[in-house]
Amino acid sequence: MKLAPNYREIEGKSTGFRVLLGGLGLLAALAFGAFLYMEHSGHYVTGMTNQIVWGMPHVFAIFLIVAASGALNVASIGTVFGKSLYKPLGRLSGLLAIALLLGGLMVLVLDLGHPDRLIVAMTYYNFKSIFAWNIILYNGFLAVTIVYLWFMMERKMNRYYRAAGTVAFVWRLILTTGTGSIFGWLVARSAYDMAMLAPMFIIMSFAFGLAIFILVLMAAYSWTGRPLGDAVLFRLKNLLGVFIAAVLYFVMVYHLSNLYATEHHGVERFILMDGGIYTQLFWIVQILIGSLLPLAMVYHPTIGKSRPAIATASLLVIIGGMAQVYVLLIGGQAYPLEIFPGYEVTSSFHDGVVNSYSPSIWEITLGVGGVAVALLVVTIAIRVLRFLPVSLADDAVDPHAAKAD
Amino acid sequence: MSDTSNRIDSARRAFLNKAGAAAGAAAIAPGVFLTTPAVARPADQPVSSEKRWGILVDTNKCASNCDACVTACKDENGWGSTEHHSSQEQQSQWIRKVEIRNRSTGFVATLPLMCQHCEHPPCVDVCPTGASFKRADGIVLVDKHICIGCRYCMMACPYKARSFIHEDLEDQLPWAPRGKGTVESCTLCVQRVDNDGTPACVEACSAENHNALVFGNLNDENSDISRELARAESIELRADLALNTGVRYRGI
Ligand code: SF4
Ligand code: SF4
Repeated sequence: MKLAPNYREIEGKSTGFRVLLGGLGLLAALAFGAFLYMEHSGHYVTGMTNQIVWGMPHVFAIFLIVAASGALNVASIGTVFGKSLYKPLGRLSGLLAIALLLGGLMVLVLDLGHPDRLIVAMTYYNFKSIFAWNIILYNGFLAVTIVYLWFMMERKMNRYYRAAGTVAFVWRLILTTGTGSIFGWLVARSAYDMAMLAPMFIIMSFAFGLAIFILVLMAAYSWTGRPLGDAVLFRLKNLLGVFIAAVLYFVMVYHLSNLYATEHHGVERFILMDGGIYTQLFWIVQILIGSLLPLAMVYHPTIGKSRPAIATASLLVIIGGMAQVYVLLIGGQAYPLEIFPGYEVTSSFHDGVVNSYSPSIWEITLGVGGVAVALLVVTIAIRVLRFLPVSLADDAVDPHAAKAD
Repeated sequence: MSDTSNRIDSARRAFLNKAGAAAGAAAIAPGVFLTTPAVARPADQPVSSEKRWGILVDTNKCASNCDACVTACKDENGWGSTEHHSSQEQQSQWIRKVEIRNRSTGFVATLPLMCQHCEHPPCVDVCPTGASFKRADGIVLVDKHICIGCRYCMMACPYKARSFIHEDLEDQLPWAPRGKGTVESCTLCVQRVDNDGTPACVEACSAENHNALVFGNLNDENSDISRELARAESIELRADLALNTGVRYRGI
């Protein structure tokens, strides 16, 4: 017996809800203040320099954008691959994808040297530039996902929603490939000169997006007192385990193939052995805390069934993911450009030395604001529209499909 | 310095040109236009691909204790002491002196490093708005009007030739406009080249009697630079990237 899930807005009358809204609103407001300050003074008040040109805001932005496309996976699994257990989660998945993308784009735009020229960025296109293509891909992703959500939520359009879901799925794959290719184009920088980056970004997006999805789902259901059964949650956390393992595998292949190419030995040594903060972030935060530990947690026979542990594991994946983007982005810039292979280089412009970067409070505030805006969008949307099923208890989700999958 | 009046002339001409076609030009202060000098050539002389401008740097002649080229560039283009808040890592450098030491032989050389005016410039390829562009004569410039300050070009340039302006600037030179939040780099002194002049660095190097820099049209086989290149060995930096740079080096 199959029950159609019953979606309803959350009540949003509790003090907790107001505190949540207020807190997120405050973080967003602080970010806006930080942005105004940076734009007014110029970027000299930030940690960025002419050597590390993309700093903390880009770490947040890239993380959010990558996670956005991954957050849509849950919907895709339900729609495109027909797994009925995931179907009731599709609306939240689409919403989260849109929200994360908006948050990420906001950070990206507000860190521009000329955010006031957004209209220029939208009207002047250099079609050779992967960056310009990304602007199109991001806007398209928003549009496609909104249509997908609409078809999902509007009964009359229901019969098209599978097609819309397929378009959205393909689009998100292209989008993440595009994001990864931003780095792939930087041929001169040893850390990025790898065809591996685009597929690695796709698999990273799976893990980051799902981790955020699990956290948001758990928070929404426990704070509103709606039932969330083990069937759904355990399925998701097992999937998270698969994705974490896949990211680990890709990271390993990435570094091994880098080690295979002699011209990349320098940067590999830097990241893996003597890069100081980057080496520590890589081994301790990304690999140990952000991958191995949550992997062990979700698959542990008893810990893996504890809800706090599942939430913690998801949080660790997010922290590890941020570290991964940081190491890749900032570490890749910190390592000096090889302009004169075989020579030691010195100059007044920091040639041949490892560049240092310390993020300013403004950049961090802006980045955190992007996260806050994403969560704010989700919170308000589930308050005013029917995104969440009233129940995700085991007997409410399709039990037969649950067994068959 | 013989060329000062010429330069001001050119600036004035550029100014008038623009005043005529001022439709899109934004005046940021009286007399200062946020426009690239790319249009500073006389109207009767369009930039043509018959020319490809280049510089040959002979490191054998480049003196280790000399930075006349850098000083001349600062004076000509008005960078160097203009950023008062930015840290040293944040300040613009259009051209810099680099000392290199061969790891296996110990051989030491010094050389100026600036935008290499690539024929296939990665900065232009990645720029989302087309603000980075290459003129028909091979000079690579940034249009300060449409640069959004995304800094992707800085990520893409293999030579770290570009700088981002981290603060408001005052007292700008009319022939070399700059602007907070945009990216800039060596312009090969378009304001001089378009008036049959020579880039300031090249002139300064000759004035010091080092003659380490030769400027000219790479497409003219009789130009000084073409004859020098034909006479003896020279290299492109990061030749593996096949960018066909307009700036070439000898002696390393
Ligand atoms: S040297 Fe750098 S800034 Fe100059 S044209 Fe080449 S890529 Fe562009
Ligand atoms: S910083 Fe300006 S010139 Fe450089 S890529 Fe961005 S828009 Fe183009």
